[in-house]
Amino acid sequence: MANSYYDPADLRKFGNITEWSEELGTKFFDYYGKVFEEGALSAREKSLIALAVAHVVKCPYCIDAYTKDGLQRGITKEEMMEAVHAGAAIESGATLVHGVQMMNKYNKLSM
Amino acid sequence: MDQSILPQIKKAAKKSLKARENELAQTNKQLEILNGGIFADGELPYFKDKIAEIGHFPLRPNKLEILQINVGYMCNQVCEHCHVDAGPDRKEIMTRETMEQCLEVIRNTGAHTLDLTGGAPEMNPNFRWFVEEAAKAGIQDFIVRSNLTIIRANKKYYDLPEFFKKHNVHVVSSMPHYTRGKTDKQRGDGVFDKSIKALQELNAVGYGMPDNDLRLDLVYNPSGAFLPGDQDAMERDFKKALDEDFGIQFHNLFAITNLPISRFLDYLIASDNYEDYMYALVEAYNPTAVANVMCTNTISISWDGWLYDCDFNQMLELKVNSKVKHIKDYNEDLLNDRNIVISQHCYGCTAGAGSSCQGTVA
Repeated sequence: MANSYYDPADLRKFGNITEWSEELGTKFFDYYGKVFEEGALSAREKSLIALAVAHVVKCPYCIDAYTKDGLQRGITKEEMMEAVHAGAAIESGATLVHGVQMMNKYNKLSM
Repeated sequence: MDQSILPQIKKAAKKSLKARENELAQTNKQLEILNGGIFADGELPYFKDKIAEIGHFPLRPNKLEILQINVGYMCNQVCEHCHVDAGPDRKEIMTRETMEQCLEVIRNTGAHTLDLTGGAPEMNPNFRWFVEEAAKAGIQDFIVRSNLTIIRANKKYYDLPEFFKKHNVHVVSSMPHYTRGKTDKQRGDGVFDKSIKALQELNAVGYGMPDNDLRLDLVYNPSGAFLPGDQDAMERDFKKALDEDFGIQFHNLFAITNLPISRFLDYLIASDNYEDYMYALVEAYNPTAVANVMCTNTISISWDGWLYDCDFNQMLELKVNSKVKHIKDYNEDLLNDRNIVISQHCYGCTAGAGSSCQGTVA
């Protein structure tokens, strides 16, 4: 066993999850593959969304995977960083919008 | 990746591996790496075992379609990824005598395409004479691989677009990205601006225009340790950006995978990307690409007249496995009856949609 929770080499083994539950694993990878195909959104746009979400869910495997995916698609570092900021803005906004709840509660409790 | 090493690689990359006396300039060292490590450990399968699974070992040629002639390793650029290890310090240049032997073959070949490459082929002192003579043979598709910046490198090259036009040459040019930053990072400062200017000059004489037969295709290869994306999608992005930003037109984009040899192998090892890259190539292995890999329809000829299955094998000094090994003894029937020489670098041509000097193959 490795001494850390995350090992970059584990990303290559992602497909192995199917070995312990073939039906669910296969369904997941079929779904995953379908999601990222060209559709109403381009595969390029979806790659940037995935990169932003990867940061928000703080998944190091996904960050490695979608940085590389972006490079393969010719996505520039400026585009990648803007996507990360879009994710970060929503995440910080999600925290800050709770400030309204705090204000409501404050006002209700105060004379 | 060890980021601290990158400035050293970039600085060193201004000279060829050969001039730096880097041990990877020796092809046996490269082959040792490609045949050892993760492949010898059994972590990854050998290419021959992989193609044996689908009945393609030994790999055999189909009909010969392309004669690819490397007229010399001298180049005005020193690109970080170059599989030729080309540069201004390389002195290997095809002589007129070898060119005459090539012309004899060109006049009699069954191949429909002649593909001149280098280095910068234009730097061979007999380049123009050779093109004029070869064009007379009436071969269907006559390609010159031009790095674009050569057209702007010196006054003596300024008329190349007109020269290419006169001989109905099909120009295939490298363009790693449609942004300045990525292009200059791979190929050197100023390469982007010069390339743009050269493309505009090619357009001005008719090259690459939508209804013009003067063909101008671009080659994209990744500027780093990753595989090329979808060729059609990249072509759309390149066309849109180059047209909107610079009014540049071209016909097709060929996406070519960087093969793990020579300077690109040096980069992969120095940046600690080698194993991940080999995993990526093996994972992306596409059995349907095997039947059409370029070595099945190409013969590669080196500056000194030796024959190879492809330009990559040429750089690894893996000569054809045939009684005929040199242009002076050329015999197409004998050559077509050979087993193609392979190693682990061949995974580069079977990854994803496949890769060849003409782009994807699957």
